[in-house]
Order: sequence, then C-alpha cells, then structure tokens
Amino acid sequence: MKKTINKISSTAVPLFLENIDTDQIYPARFLRTTTKEGLADMLFHDWRFNPDGTKKAENILNDPNYGGEILVVGKNFGCGSSREHAAWALSQYGFSAVISSSFGDIFKHNALNNSLLPVEVSEKFLKIIFEEIEHNPKTIIEIDLQNQEIKLPSKKIKVKFEIDAYKKECLMKGYDDLDYILSMKEKIKEFENTRENDFSLPE
Amino acid sequence: MNTPKTLFDKVWDSHIVHQSFDSQSKQEGHPAILYIDAHMIHEVTTPQPFADLRKRNLKVFRTKRTFATEDHSIPTKDQQLPIREEMSRRQVEALRQNCKDFGIELWGIGHKNQGIVHIIGPQLGITKPGMTIVCGDSHTSTHGAFGCIAFGIGTSEVEQVLATQSILQYKPKTMNIRIDGKLGKGVVSKDIILYIISKISTSGGTGHFVEYSGSAIKGLSMEARMTICNMSIEMGARGGMIAPDEKTFDYIKGRLYAPRGKEWDKAVEHWKSLPSDISAKYDKELIIKAEDIEPMITYGTNPGMGIKITQKIPTEQDFTSDAQKAVFQRAITYMDLRPGTKLLGHPVDYVFLGSCTNSRIEDFRKIAEIVKGKKKAKNVIVLVIPGSAEVKKQIIEEGLDKIFLDAGFDLRDAGCSACLGMNDDQIPPGKYCVSTSNRNFEGRQGPGARTILASPITAAASALTGEVTDVRKVL
Repeated sequence: MKKTINKISSTAVPLFLENIDTDQIYPARFLRTTTKEGLADMLFHDWRFNPDGTKKAENILNDPNYGGEILVVGKNFGCGSSREHAAWALSQYGFSAVISSSFGDIFKHNALNNSLLPVEVSEKFLKIIFEEIEHNPKTIIEIDLQNQEIKLPSKKIKVKFEIDAYKKECLMKGYDDLDYILSMKEKIKEFENTRENDFSLPE
Repeated sequence: MNTPKTLFDKVWDSHIVHQSFDSQSKQEGHPAILYIDAHMIHEVTTPQPFADLRKRNLKVFRTKRTFATEDHSIPTKDQQLPIREEMSRRQVEALRQNCKDFGIELWGIGHKNQGIVHIIGPQLGITKPGMTIVCGDSHTSTHGAFGCIAFGIGTSEVEQVLATQSILQYKPKTMNIRIDGKLGKGVVSKDIILYIISKISTSGGTGHFVEYSGSAIKGLSMEARMTICNMSIEMGARGGMIAPDEKTFDYIKGRLYAPRGKEWDKAVEHWKSLPSDISAKYDKELIIKAEDIEPMITYGTNPGMGIKITQKIPTEQDFTSDAQKAVFQRAITYMDLRPGTKLLGHPVDYVFLGSCTNSRIEDFRKIAEIVKGKKKAKNVIVLVIPGSAEVKKQIIEEGLDKIFLDAGFDLRDAGCSACLGMNDDQIPPGKYCVSTSNRNFEGRQGPGARTILASPITAAASALTGEVTDVRKVL
C-alpha cells in the first residue's frame, strides 16, 4: 500500500526557473543505484552541493527560510530523461506536491505513480504564488485533492485543478497501477489470442 | 465510410486490450491498457522492478518479447575486463542475475548483438512498422522512425510491462510536423530536429505524439529518420513517428527478427495500410520549409537553445518574460559564453561522436568522408563510440577505423558513453564538448561539462579545426 494523499497544507519552496530537467533533479551519475531508497540526498545534488560536498549557501533548498512539503516550479518541470529516480528523490526529500503550469509527460506519470501530486495551474496563478512566497516565505498553500482545489489563503484565492478520475482515486486510496493491470491479465491473454497482423516475432 | 485515421491512431487502436468509458461523460475513462509488442531493457532502470517482482512473487509474462542489453553504465574501454567502478559493476551484475532468474536472453558485453538499446532494436529487425515498443529510457522514441508507437517509460511502468506485457496509458494528442522542400548543403537530419526544437521549445510537443511528414522526411534514409524521431522527446513529445515506405521495408528485410517467406509478404501488405489517411485530422500542425534550415548548433543548456551556426547567440532583450530571461542568464553563465557574439570559432576541448542519436554506421561513414586524410586539431580529444558491437565491426570491415586512427580519434567499444555522465566517459568541468548526442543539460556529460549539440558532420569539422566550425567550409 502506498502513501495516501488528500489534503496538504504547507509552506512551499519556490524554484523560479522554467524547463528544469530530470538531470538537474537527479544527476545521471547517481543512476548507478540498484535500489529505490536513500535518494533524498541526491535531489538537486549539483545545485545544493559544491564539488567538495559542502552546501551551496545561495541555493534556496539550503535556505532555512524556505521549506515545506510543496515545491513550486516554473513551467515544463521534469522534462528530459524518464528516470523515475527524480520522482522518488522528490518524494523522499519530503515533497508531497509539485505545483507548476506544465510538466514533462513522463515525469508526470512517474510522480502520479509515486504518491507525489503534480498540480497544474495557470501561468497567471503560478506567478501570483511565486510573488506571494517572495513577499512572505511563510505563505501557506492548501491543496484539496478530493475537491480538486488549490487555495492561497493569504490572497483569498481558490482555483480548481484538473486530475484524471482514475489517478485521483489511486492517490487518495494508495492504489497501484500494477494491482489494476494484474487484475486484467485474462483480458490481456484474450487479446493475444485473437489479434491479427502481429509480425513482432518471426514464426 | 470509416473515419480517416492517422498512422498513430491505427497503431494505437490495434493495441488496445481494454478501454473503459466514463458513463457520465461518454468519454474514454480510465487510461487504456495498451499491449506492448517489444520491451527493451537495460541495467539502469530494471533492478528496482525486478526486485519488486520477486517481492510480489510474479514472473515475467512474455520473456520472448523482452530484449535485454548492457549500455548505459558500462565502460567503452577494456570491455573484456571486469567493470572497475563498483556501483556500475553491481548494476550490470544485477541485470545478468535478473535475466538468468527470469528467463530473459541477455545481449551483454562481448555478445555480437550488444549495443545501445535504440541502436540494436532496428539493427536486429526487432523494430518494425505497426508495433508498440517501450523501454525505461526516454529516447525510445527513436524506433518511431519505422512507423511504430515507441516511447520511454518510468520504472513503475517497466514493472507493469514485465508483469503483464501491457501498460496503462492515456492517449496522447497528435501533432503533424511537415517538412517540405530540399535540404541545403551541409544540412542533415540532426539539423532538422534541432531547428524544430529551437522553433517550438522543449515543451512545444508536450502531451502529443508527433508524426513527421513531407517531402524532406520522405527523402531521408532510415538512419537519418531515426535521428529525428530520437529527439522527439526533447520537444516534450511522448514520441515521434514516420510513415513506413519502401525504404523502411528494404531496411528491415533479412534482419534477424524480420518476417520471412509468406509472412514477409503478409507483413508488407499490412504495413502499407498504416500511413495516415489523406484527410486524417491532427490536433496540431506545423509546417516547415526545408530551405529555411541551416547547420544548427546549441549555445545553452536545453536542446531548444539552438541557433543556425552563422547566427549570433541571443541577448537578454530577445526574451520577453522574466522567467525566460532567468533561464537564458543561467544558461549563458553556465556555458560561459557572451550574448550577442557568434559561437563560430569558439575553441573546443572535446568532440563526442556517438549516442543513440548519431552512432549508426551511416553517421560514421559521413564523418569518415570529412576527416579522411586529415588530422584532428591538437587541442581536442575526439571520442568515437559506435552504437553497437555490430557498428564497431562494420567500422573495421569498411576500414573507417584506419581513417579515425590516422586522424587521432579515439575509437572505442559500444555504449552510451559520454552522452550521459554515468560511466567512465565524462567531460571534465568547464570543458567545451561538441557532441552528436541529444542533451546539453547542465552536467549532462559530467558535472560542470559544457555541451554544444551538433550534427555528426559539424562535429567532425570542428574536431579538425579545434573550434566550432561551419561544415560547409570543408564540403
């Protein structure tokens, strides 16, 4: 059973940059791991740490003024490589939701499969969130998955966000795609037995 | 009459195992269960799903449709020796053990079929029109050049495919990118794709599956088509595909996994029915004139930051939003380049000729034509990394190895190499590398490495001069 998500109310870490690729979120050289655990230290590794391992003071993830379980990022977050390690690392670091105006497709799938909620908002609303956090790092953001709402109490703004009904149920109940697809195995066999024009494997 | 369908729709629809409908909206409900014809696996994105299969006591559902090789974390030198780097060795050993335990044939180091997943699929004839192909690697889009739906997946999805040979998937939108006309001198398929991404950005294709069409695409070889489809992911697209034609069939015929005899005739007949119907509708269309494309080069830290090689690097004023300006400033600082100046003539430290984008035999033949009888500049290190053991064999059989040796290039064994900094081949911090690979992200080729993406011939020309060079000068 996976972690369930419903309501999140938290301060947020803002990363005011667009097109953040998964090589930044989780650098390639750490892909040599054979487990899913212990990846939090590698999150944004080269942004957070100097080559000698000391923290880069100027990086916002190292700034004690910012924190919380929400990450707010510029558009096209998670573009590039398909590595699911990016979603694992974000989740293990303590993030439950990522807010942006758009996400890389594969990253979005990976996040949804790992109890990390990608919340897509308009560019206009994203800008307001960034401005609010800049104005006050302790700004609270509220996310209500059941009602598909995101609130910024300090500005008295409430907007709806889209999420697929199936994925919403999975996140709220901690379900797994694999459980569902395994339950369809008979249908899969039936498909194999009745299909035409399959030239994948030589006879 | 049936509704006209796109190539994508035809292949997608014929692989739907189950599609539920939302009774209220009458729209497609759950994601579809899509059957996967071929699953390519490698050492990096499989240890976790295999561990999970063991935990759940599950088997690999269709071992014959699972194709395994070693490519990402392996060294390209002294491959006959045990892998020195401990984590890489453990990862490769995990794949070997998993393939053995779950009954999957593995084409590992030393096997004649070994190579980069996206190079060996087409080379062995595994990749064929009308198929669905996935791999835990975003450049799986490469296989789309044969008219199949091929896309990269995450590790949880790798596990789904191992366990059920199927995947839960939302149907993406479709996009047609039509390129008509004649390509200019020195312009190759890599320039086409870098040009498209520079126009529509790294998110221009998000949520879409792209079909590349038009006379300029028709005119390309299969290898060149693969380069284009390979980089579809760099515009955010789920994948890219090209309608199969005679060139496609000629390429496949006789390969290890190609149909034979009567099966072949039946296959070709089916494949001929796959191209998009004339009046099929796409959700998005983009038309490009081949004549507008020049040899391309990137100056920044994402593949959308490309310019024509004769152009100047943009300045902050060229960008409208604060967010774009921030991305530009960060990129230009990382690359240590001057806005408003030309990249042409900028000194280069490394040239990387390889990766799933450009490491097929055709790429090396073109490179060899340019460097034959010449020597690399003293200030550059040139890595030549074949995409597969077979490509390396062809390089030697055709005598290209001598040309590279005489030029001072370092020809090594097959693997992903310096495309991504996760094996021994890394570009040192601060060094500039003209690379035939697909990504110029910060640290992609190693921490602090500065990547300049280019075509194989532009990279070869730059290797000879030791600076960013317009290949048209040497043609």
